Amino acid sequence: MKSNRFYLIMLGLVILSYLATAFIDNQYPFYAGFAILQLMVMALAWNILGGYAGYVNFGSAAFFGLGAYGAIVSYQLFAAPLIIQILVGGCVCALLGLATGYLTLRLRGVYFAIATLALLVVAETLIHNWDYVGGAAGAYILPSRTLEFLGVLIVGKEGGLFSNNKELLFFLLCNLALLTIIICRIIENSKYGRGLAALRDNEEAAESMGVPTLKLKLIATVISASIMGINGGFFPYFMTFIEPTSAFSLDISVNALAMSLIGGTATWLGPVLGAIILGTLQQIATVTISSEINLLIVGLFLVGFVIFAPDGFLGLIKKLGKRGD
Amino acid sequence: MNIFRLSNLRSLLAVFAVASFVFVATNVAAKDPIKIGFSMALTGPLAGGGKQALIGMEMWADDINAKGGILGRQVDLVYYDDQTKASNVPTIYAKLLDVDKVDFVVSGYGTNLIAPAMPLVKQRDIVFMGLFGMDNNKKWKHDKYFQVMPSGPDPAVDFSRAWFETIMQLNPKPKSIAFVAADAEFARTLKAGAEVNAKRLGMKVTYNKNFKPGTPDFTPIMRAINATNPDVIYVAAYPGGAQGMTRAVSEVGTKAVAFGGGMVGLQFAGIMKTLGPKLNGILNYDFYVPEPNMNLYPGVVDLLKRYQKIAPAKKVDLKGWYLAPWSYAYLQILGDAVNAVGKIDHAAIAKYIHATEFTTVVGKVRFGKNGEWLKGRVLTVQWQNIKKQGDLEQFAQPGIRKIMAPAAFATGKVQPFNSLR
Amino acid sequence: MFSFELLSNAIVIGILLGGFYAALSIGLSLSFGLLDIVNIAHPAFIILGAFICFIFNSSYGLDPILVGIIFAPAFFLLGTLIYRVYYESFEKTGATALRGLAFFFGVMFIIEVLLIIYFGVDYQGVQAEYIDYKLTFGVVDIPFRMFVPFVVAMIMTLGLQYFSSKTFFGRAMQAVAQDTLALRLMAIDPSKIKRIAFGLSLATCSVAGALFVIVMPIEPSIGRLYIGQVFAIVVLGGLGSQSGTLIAAMLLGMVESLISTFFGPSWAPAVAFSALILVLAIKPTGILGRVGDTRG
Repeated sequence: MKSNRFYLIMLGLVILSYLATAFIDNQYPFYAGFAILQLMVMALAWNILGGYAGYVNFGSAAFFGLGAYGAIVSYQLFAAPLIIQILVGGCVCALLGLATGYLTLRLRGVYFAIATLALLVVAETLIHNWDYVGGAAGAYILPSRTLEFLGVLIVGKEGGLFSNNKELLFFLLCNLALLTIIICRIIENSKYGRGLAALRDNEEAAESMGVPTLKLKLIATVISASIMGINGGFFPYFMTFIEPTSAFSLDISVNALAMSLIGGTATWLGPVLGAIILGTLQQIATVTISSEINLLIVGLFLVGFVIFAPDGFLGLIKKLGKRGD
Repeated sequence: MNIFRLSNLRSLLAVFAVASFVFVATNVAAKDPIKIGFSMALTGPLAGGGKQALIGMEMWADDINAKGGILGRQVDLVYYDDQTKASNVPTIYAKLLDVDKVDFVVSGYGTNLIAPAMPLVKQRDIVFMGLFGMDNNKKWKHDKYFQVMPSGPDPAVDFSRAWFETIMQLNPKPKSIAFVAADAEFARTLKAGAEVNAKRLGMKVTYNKNFKPGTPDFTPIMRAINATNPDVIYVAAYPGGAQGMTRAVSEVGTKAVAFGGGMVGLQFAGIMKTLGPKLNGILNYDFYVPEPNMNLYPGVVDLLKRYQKIAPAKKVDLKGWYLAPWSYAYLQILGDAVNAVGKIDHAAIAKYIHATEFTTVVGKVRFGKNGEWLKGRVLTVQWQNIKKQGDLEQFAQPGIRKIMAPAAFATGKVQPFNSLR
Repeated sequence: MFSFELLSNAIVIGILLGGFYAALSIGLSLSFGLLDIVNIAHPAFIILGAFICFIFNSSYGLDPILVGIIFAPAFFLLGTLIYRVYYESFEKTGATALRGLAFFFGVMFIIEVLLIIYFGVDYQGVQAEYIDYKLTFGVVDIPFRMFVPFVVAMIMTLGLQYFSSKTFFGRAMQAVAQDTLALRLMAIDPSKIKRIAFGLSLATCSVAGALFVIVMPIEPSIGRLYIGQVFAIVVLGGLGSQSGTLIAAMLLGMVESLISTFFGPSWAPAVAFSALILVLAIKPTGILGRVGDTRG
């Protein structure tokens, strides 16, 4: 897609998402949409390290959870407003991404994956034992009914740009998702992205050709972690109550990974499609079939899809496209 | 005009037919069912309780529909599985309110599944009945929230008050206490409340640690506790930990004169059956036990009989003692209140509930300002006389879980832990 | 508060716990360690085995370990079948091992749901005479609830150890991980060896399931709590080394037991996993992994 047309479409989507909040009264689509977008951002961010660089991160939920708890700490320390909460979440995870990158990026393949899983467990245990943020009992954020910024009423029942917090969050998260897509696309088309691809295909060869693999991997980890952290920063404001088990849930890691695999890891389009397909399926299953059959469907879907379309949805499209020739 | 002319008769008939159709149609439309929506843990760690609760709720719906429903309309329960995941709850309640357009919402089972729904119900300013939530309303101060677990006005502290009163009846009075809790919300909150009670009584804390859910073996913890020589041991745990600690104290033994307090799971039929005589001597909380004086609650014996007929086919707790009466009650209160007020007016209904003492299958219920019970009624029971291993029916007999407190219900006097083993 | 009684009991339980963890992980050291199959459903299969032991124990009074052993061949066949599917879909097309991960996640969900549908969500346990028995030597107690699983676990792991290093098939399994080409040149079909290895890995789940339900009561999703642990043990011990897995399991059991006794059980998982990260930082291929193993 040509650059100009791409950015035009992105802008159009931003406007569309605002209009949606203005004209749809029913709150349910925003809740469901928020959940799907949250997973989409996780999948996109995961794919930067997992798809482009080939380093499978099993512990994505650690960055998400730490971003969420970074937001909580900023709220409890100095009653930070939403924007600051999100930024704190992002910064905390950027630093942590750097640190964990140094620790683990020496390891190859499956070892790296297990090390990231270990980090997830350590992070969750630390938060569980930290009483300042409530430990296992959880922490609360009480968002105010109205929100003002520089004199403009952003959230308010009458006359605000958004009539309630959920619509504001939905709009902001939409923008985060679009921003992440833009970042991914820039990476793909840049020299940096080509460097990542080289080290994904054969790290030793890339090194011998002078590609600074550790530096590239660190950058990818920091970008990936920051985005996940910002994403996590939204979570407390949305849920108003968080506790370690749901913030660090293995499901978040699994979904990030599965959505990218199902969609296709080569470009940003894969995680987006994977999130829309799997996320929507999960949302629908939650409010229709409900009960254990829900889990069965997701399981069968995963198994079936991954067997018959191992290169993801996009790979399947490509294959079918070729057959048409 | 001659009305007996055929053409006129036919017109009259047509008008009459249309009129009656309109009459019937509008009345039928007015008899739309009343929808009560909620999320419930049907899968995941709390599903054992959730499924039990659901059966109680369905029985209530059947009963009230047989009596004419709410405001003359049949009741329809609309629910979705939250999979014991807090993150599913807001979306489910958004759908219930905005898409399914339910008339009332009630909560799912457990503090962590109630909490995520609070912002939405506060925003819509609607009545919200809670099922076994520990102090969910503390931060929100929602004036339309009512919680059916009989903890008392200060839930965390009042929950264990009776336990502490009971141990103080032992001779000599215990002076030191060890705390151990699962690293999970309800257990941690219980422990915090118990710590307040212990401090009030001037007890010395010799040990105070948490364990991660999923620990396979508790004997190291038990030994560590014993090494500090506490007079009593307060355990706050979910089913996995409760069973583990019970086995550990069985294997290792203890010199403490009381053991138990906040062990969730000992009230579940399957767990009782598995642990058998290992439970003897444990002093724990409960809400309803099959002791003779508990049949004061009108209808509860029949309720449990009906429940126990349905349960085996649904693969749930076979006895239903822990949740079924309470999940029935929290809907019973809502239904009775709406019928008394006579219309769907959330403010009026909330006002009515605050002002009324209800008679339910769990006895008389009165709510305080924060939506919790005005006076707590958590039972302290001591397990005794369990003789057989792997036999569920022995637990249905009186004398197994003797009630120590509150005094009004007492059927026995507390005895030192080791004397009953 | 440090005392000999506390320390000696902590060490004993640590050893018994280590044996139990070894039983849970030894199968994974075959499927993940040797064959690079990221079988995240491994704990789910163990719980499946545990439920089978439960149902036969509660309906017919059969000893759980007996049931576990009887069903091992059935699990073996199931393993070969699943491997067939896995091979056709992933290995043959050259897709990386991690695509199989999503496959096994799906399998894990399916197993859990089938267990919920068939058995319900409540906790279940088994009854056996030796479970409540304990031996006492001075101040040290040996509870049979942990001891019997330990003995069986040792038999199974050491047996598998022996099989891997001394028998033809065992050595072929090692070879398939190290040098498939050489194996083919010896006219041995690698995929047949892999099928047997995966079948064996699942067969251990049947026995491990019996041990699991003796140690603690089960419910359908309890396997999820152990995913991290079993993978950590296999990696810590070094991919491809059964003895490494045994040592790592013992280490983890000891660390958990000592931390629980002296510092506070809530820190145990963090310590165990930090130890893993530390070892990986010093020796990235694990305790007994081959140096220079660039697999992954």
